[in-house]
Formats: sequence, structure tokens, C-alpha cells
Amino acid sequence: MHSTTVLLIEVGAVLFALGMLGRIGRRFGLSPIPLYLLAGLAFGHGGLNPLLASKEFIEVGAEIGVILLLVMLGLEYSANELVGNLRSAAPAGLIDALFNALPGAGFALLLGWGWEAALVLAGITWVSSSGVIAKVLGDLGRLGNRETPVILSILVIEDLAMAFYLPVVTAVLAGVGLLGGVKALSVAVLTVIAVLVVAIRYGHAISSFISVKDPEALLLSVLGLTLFVAGVAAQLQVSAAVGAFLVGIALSGPVAHNATQILTPLRDLFAAVFFLFFGLSTDPAAIPPVILPALGLAVISMLTKVLTGVFAARRGGIALPGQIRAGLALMPRGEFSIVIAGLAVASGVEPGLAPLATAYVLITVVTGPMLARLSDYAWFKAIVRKRMAVRRPVGPVPAAD
Amino acid sequence: MSVRRDMHDTSATVGRVRVRVEQTPLPGIGVRHDLITSSGRTVGVVSHRNGRRDLVLYDVEDPDACLASIPLTDDEAEALADVLGASLMLGQLSGLREQAAGLLTEQVALPAGSPFVGRRLGDTRARTRTSASIVAVLRDREVIASPGPAFQFEANDVVVAVGTRDGLDGVTAILAGDTGD
Repeated sequence: MHSTTVLLIEVGAVLFALGMLGRIGRRFGLSPIPLYLLAGLAFGHGGLNPLLASKEFIEVGAEIGVILLLVMLGLEYSANELVGNLRSAAPAGLIDALFNALPGAGFALLLGWGWEAALVLAGITWVSSSGVIAKVLGDLGRLGNRETPVILSILVIEDLAMAFYLPVVTAVLAGVGLLGGVKALSVAVLTVIAVLVVAIRYGHAISSFISVKDPEALLLSVLGLTLFVAGVAAQLQVSAAVGAFLVGIALSGPVAHNATQILTPLRDLFAAVFFLFFGLSTDPAAIPPVILPALGLAVISMLTKVLTGVFAARRGGIALPGQIRAGLALMPRGEFSIVIAGLAVASGVEPGLAPLATAYVLITVVTGPMLARLSDYAWFKAIVRKRMAVRRPVGPVPAAD
Repeated sequence: MSVRRDMHDTSATVGRVRVRVEQTPLPGIGVRHDLITSSGRTVGVVSHRNGRRDLVLYDVEDPDACLASIPLTDDEAEALADVLGASLMLGQLSGLREQAAGLLTEQVALPAGSPFVGRRLGDTRARTRTSASIVAVLRDREVIASPGPAFQFEANDVVVAVGTRDGLDGVTAILAGDTGD
């Protein structure tokens, strides 16, 4: 009984503190993710005030947090959007993967880490944070901009790629070697294609099976289905997160719309617990030695993201200012990088990975949204205009053809 | 990636001018429609999946960037659409007047004491008696185009009629109840 009381006090105090932090962050236009991570560092072992009684609770909560993050991501996109987008944006997605995963992998090898760690770090530097970027685009009033569909389609491809990447990483980290990774990949590919086909053909039938009218029943059935499928996926070594993502894709129409609204508060709660947990499991003393490498990696991989955005926007017929806006907007890494790093931490592949990932995400997620505003300043526009005047002969592609 | 390729062009023929409305999907957010006006400006509407709508205006110097993004509630969007629709409708009607010599278009407000408030359009027998046609009724900022004989008048309706001078005067008189029946 006593331990339950302490648990309530600890969890209550931590959640309240996170709420206050989030509020302060919003005032400065800061995503709450870095604040939750910092709070986790402060409360973790070796931190200011270690949490003891609630550790187990937070661990389970973090697991649910990852699952909810992914099911919401799946709910955001319809299967048709994913497939339709894949056709037109595949080259940009490929460039994105090459430009941003390779620096991470190379960096890990440079540090003398094994190829498993290189695979993990490649994922961490590859994936931009769709949550943070969508928020930044909305805040800056850029949803109507012509480069925004380019940015969004890159994010969609990255998220879809996670459905293949996460199972491979899960398998490799489980110690099955390269062959096991290939097997996991083929299972993932077959599953994802099957789910996409079923969702496009029969998505209506699946969704009509779940009633929208009763919000309570909807919440329980969607949450239950998601956790169940995620659990089964984890049992089959395909990664719980991917199972949840696929459930989100399979649901469509009014069910998806209502489930998004109902699950959002739950996602916010458990995602906060997840970021906190990741911070908790990182020793703050391990951060200072990796700050410099993390900074170097952040600078390199933020530049490669800018190049990706410029390349993709140019292919979309966007003029130079829009190309730069697309590049700068893509920089922040966030929830996915932490999810990937979380997998590595759980398997204990490389002790230096978690602090490096924490520092890396902290740097990119804080500076990324700030740098995204760069293109709105008058002096920045003036520089761009001067450059455009130099290359006027090439000129922007006319909008109408 | 080529955004342009996955745009679905919907061409609307309004009047005699072809207007091209481009539709661009915004994965995870909704869809954007935009059109380039003959004055060279681009206006668009971002329709969010959760029902929110933003009216966006594009920069002249940087046509990829939106200068302003104005969120509209359902009521505001409807009001704006009505205002545009009503002015368009009336504009087309006045165009009609120029086309056919001798034919006039007129708006006739239903007088407060009209015997036809609450009665059907067919009861006026306006076309038979004056050979002028009632082509639309304006009610609460809404345009009811080509109302049928079963259409029921309400107080404050404004009737749009097309006909000769005599015919339109006849319609005005009938609606005012000045014809003795």
C-alpha cells in the first residue's frame, strides 16, 4: 500500500512538472520534447532527484507512449495517400535517405562503434520529426506555401520507411545477425504490402466494423486493437511500433478521424512519459563528453537535410526562396530518433549511443525550429534575392504550365 | 518530386473564362486548392481534415510563399461563399441584359404586405400574365436559382425577374397585390 502512495506522489509531481515545463516552452515557441528529455535527465539515476517507486510504471507508460505515437502517425495518413505519394516522391525520399542516413552511419563507424550501432545512428540522423515540423509549418503560417507539399511528402516517405527500418533494427539488435535482419525485412515488406492492399480495398469494411457513435466504445476498441496488434508484432519480432503504425493505416474515414481526436490526449500523456523515460535511462554524467561529437553530427546532418529540401523542392518546380524554406524546415529530429535510440538502449548495444542521441536530438529539435524562421527575416530574404538576381537567366519555373 | 504531376486539375467554366483550379494533396493535413487570377495573383484555400479552412494569399515577389493565411470558421466560409456567389449570379444576369436587346433584368423586393408572402410562386401566374420570368429569389444572402412553381415566398424575399419593361412592371404590380386578385 505504501509503495502505491509514493507512486502517486511521484507520478503526480512529475506530470505536473512536465505540464509546467511544456507551458514555459510554448511561451518561447519551443517544442516540449527537449524539455521532457531534460526533465528525465534531472530525475534519472545520477540526476538531481531520482525516481524510485514509479520506475516500473514509467517504463510501461513509455512502451505505450511509443505505440500511441505510431498509431496516431498511421491514423494521420490514409493508405491511398501513402501509396499515391510514394510514386511521385520516391526520388526525393531516396535522396533524403542517402544524404541523411549515411552521415550517421559513417559517424558511428568513425567513433569505432560496431555496424549494429552504425545502423541505429543512421536511423537517428535520417528521420526528421514530422510532429515538430508540422507544428512549425502551422505556427509560421506556411501550410498554404507551395513547398509545403514537398516537405510533407518527404516526411510521409520517412514515416513509411520506418515500417521497414524498425523491424530490421529490432531483429539486428536482438542479435540475429545480418541474415536475421534480411528475414525481418522480408516479413515486414510482406506485412506492410498486405496491410496497405487490405486497407485500400477493404478499409471501409474494417472501419465500419468499429462504431463511431459511442466515443467510449471507440476509445476502448481502437486502443485495445492497437495494443493487441503491437503486442503480437513484438512477439513475432517485427517491432511493436510498426504493428501500431499499421493499425493506424488500416483504419480510415470517420473512424480514423474520431479516433485521432479521442487518442490525442492519451498520446500526449504517454508520449511525455516516453520522452521522460528516455531521459531517465540516460546518465546525465555521460552527456558532457559527447556534446562535441553530437554538435558536429548535428551540424553535418542539418546541412544534409537542407540540401535534401533544396533538391526536393527544386524538383517540384519551387523557386530558390522556397527551396531554402523547405531545407531549413526539415532539420529538426525528434520523436522517431528517440524511438530508434530507445530500441538500442533496451538491447544495450553501445553505451555511448543513448547520451549521444539525447544530445543530438536536444540540439536539432531546439535549433531546427529557430533556424526555420531564418527565411522570414528581411536580411535573409535580401541575400536570397541578390543570389536570385545573379542567376536570373535560369529564373524560377513559372507556376502555370 | 514533382508536385505538379500529382495535382489534379479541375477546370471550372465560369462565364466565358476558363479558370484552372489546382488541387494539391497535403498528406496528414488535408488538401489545398489554388487558382491564379487574371491579375496574376494566386489565391488558395487550405482545407484541413478536421474541417478547418484557411484562405491563403500568395506573395507577388515569391509566388511560392503565402503572404497571409486567414482561418475561416464554417459560418465565415459560408458567408464568404454566399457573397461571392450572389455577386457572381447578379453579374451574370446583368450580362444577360446586354446580350438580348429589349430584355431587362430587375430585382423586385416582395413588399411587406404582399398577398404572396407564404404562398407559392405558381399562384402568382406571373409568366402567363406578364410573359416575364422569375429566374431567382434572393433570401438571407442566399441565391435560390430558378425556383419552381411550388416555391414558397417569405417576407423580405427579393425576386429577380427577366422580361420586357411592361412585363417587369406587371410582375411588380402582381407581387404588390395591385392587380385586383
